[in-house]
Amino acid sequence: MSEFLQHLVNMLVLGGTYALLGIGLTLIFGIMNVVNFTHGVLYTFGAYIMFIVVQQLGLNFFLALPVAVLAGWLLGAAIELTLLRPLRGSDIDTTMLVMIGAWIAMQSGTLWIWGGVAKSVATPFPEAPLVLGPVSVSWLRLFVLAAAAMLILVTYLLINKTSLGRAMRATFQDHDTASLMGVNVDMIYTSTFAIGSSLAAAAGALLGPVYVIFPQMGDLAAVKAFAIVILGGLGNITGAVIGGFILALAEELGAGYVSSGYRDAMGFLIIIAVLIFRPTGLFARAERVG
Amino acid sequence: MRAIITILAVITLASVPLWLRDPYLLNALITTGIFVIGAMSLNLLLGFTGQLSLGHIAFFGIGAYVSALTSLGFDIGLPGDVRLVHAPWPPIIGFVLAILIAGLCGYFVGLLSFRVRGAYFVIVTISFAEVVRLVALNWVELTQGPLALTNIPSIALPLPGFGELTLRTKMQNYYLVLVVALIAYLLIARLVHSHFGRAMRGLMENETLAVSVGIDVTRTLTIAAVISAAIAGAAGSLYAHYIRIIDPEVFAFINTVTMVIMVISGGKGSLAGPVIGGLIFGLLPVALRPVMAPEAQWIAYGGVLIAILFVLPRGIVPSLAQRLTRQRSGTTALAPVALPETGAKEPA
Repeated sequence: MSEFLQHLVNMLVLGGTYALLGIGLTLIFGIMNVVNFTHGVLYTFGAYIMFIVVQQLGLNFFLALPVAVLAGWLLGAAIELTLLRPLRGSDIDTTMLVMIGAWIAMQSGTLWIWGGVAKSVATPFPEAPLVLGPVSVSWLRLFVLAAAAMLILVTYLLINKTSLGRAMRATFQDHDTASLMGVNVDMIYTSTFAIGSSLAAAAGALLGPVYVIFPQMGDLAAVKAFAIVILGGLGNITGAVIGGFILALAEELGAGYVSSGYRDAMGFLIIIAVLIFRPTGLFARAERVG
Repeated sequence: MRAIITILAVITLASVPLWLRDPYLLNALITTGIFVIGAMSLNLLLGFTGQLSLGHIAFFGIGAYVSALTSLGFDIGLPGDVRLVHAPWPPIIGFVLAILIAGLCGYFVGLLSFRVRGAYFVIVTISFAEVVRLVALNWVELTQGPLALTNIPSIALPLPGFGELTLRTKMQNYYLVLVVALIAYLLIARLVHSHFGRAMRGLMENETLAVSVGIDVTRTLTIAAVISAAIAGAAGSLYAHYIRIIDPEVFAFINTVTMVIMVISGGKGSLAGPVIGGLIFGLLPVALRPVMAPEAQWIAYGGVLIAILFVLPRGIVPSLAQRLTRQRSGTTALAPVALPETGAKEPA
């Protein structure tokens, strides 16, 4: 029983960052109809920003997170402006392949700059975990959960309470009509991609110190993000949050009770099962963002 | 004209080991040839049915593992204290089994994944390949996991009356790969020009219209997937017996991407496209090796993929063919090697 409770606590921590990853991807997928293969690289990028700020520049750990968010935002905007804007109107396969090319080039770039040796980040949190009855959780992981929850809340408010969010939702429903109503659709696409990328970078910056940082860390993260998006339904932010926690639970239970070698297979199995039995996602409400 | 070019190309390819003595280049040509077979099989799906399968390496890897395990033998425990013991069989049987089992896997994967289209289809196919990779990594008793299957025997051709010929040298393997590649090419060409080929292209251009004229979409796609997977399995088997060591990294997504780059750059939906694209991208690392670090090579790979999609979105062969046709407009409408139908996809 205590083992199960421990799995639940781990699930909460993991699920928070998975939700962040999923929200970023579901926004891009839902609004722009782009299968963003660079999402995982942005995650890696965020983790390396954390490494640079804390380890190489020696600055404050808490400062690194906003820097990673900002850097992710800028890189995302740059990708959108240079690679996606010229291809507006081409079919989804073409943009997907361009994103794959960008992913390969950027990941190899990371490998070239920082090498293949895994890096770790020192954190200001105490080594001893917080023990609550039968379960224990490290302070770092609690901080990760809190920061992820805060970022999710900010994104939710941005989408639902601001005029930018309203324009994004309108573009999702019908970009032609939104354009006729005076929405600058090109600007919305760039903002969407930048916001989604900054969320991926934030997830990487948060999970990087928990594990280790290496150039290929984003590959699995990207697949997990796809699994979450498919679970939650296209463009569905609430679905992505719930999907993040479901995936985390499946992984925890799979690793704990089946075999730790198959932890990472859970995401793929969920993708296959959902697409075969319920292709619109578990929480079908594909008609709107929010 | 087309036949002459094809025959000249085959003669040139067949003469290579006679004048090329450099073992490193010959080795690069053999592995490139194996990947070209994989790319041709991918083109059957991507170029002629329009389905972007990014899990294609799964069938290649399954073929490699089936063939290796058939010729190495295995001894695994099954649930209920049953042991499954397999004594080594000749590699040539492994080659046949690789084709059959990869084709069978293509059938089941196709059956399940053709329920969805577009982005979802792509993601499902990637997921299948990754699940297979994780199984190969974790089922250590069967596959040795990351320790790899080693000492895989070379393919031996049975010669009735003369015993058998074991293909050990690079030259022998080169001709083996060339013959299999030719058979695959002719098979795909035959298929594409048949009634079945027209059904495939019909549903690629307009699925709703294809259904309305009586094309059984799921059946057509599944058959294409089976043949495509079987050919990829044959390529995987050749790979296993040539390299003689395989580990789960054979399923790496980057290998699928390599095949996709070969098909897209050469020209999807063109028979010669994957061959041209495959030769370029298979030999590009050889050309870049003296001047670039491996990481920089991959950056270049990604960059070239993007550049091709921006500059030559339809691929090298169809673009060249179109240019040639335009130059000789009115006289001979048929451009060499490319299919005349490939130009019809773009709306006016």
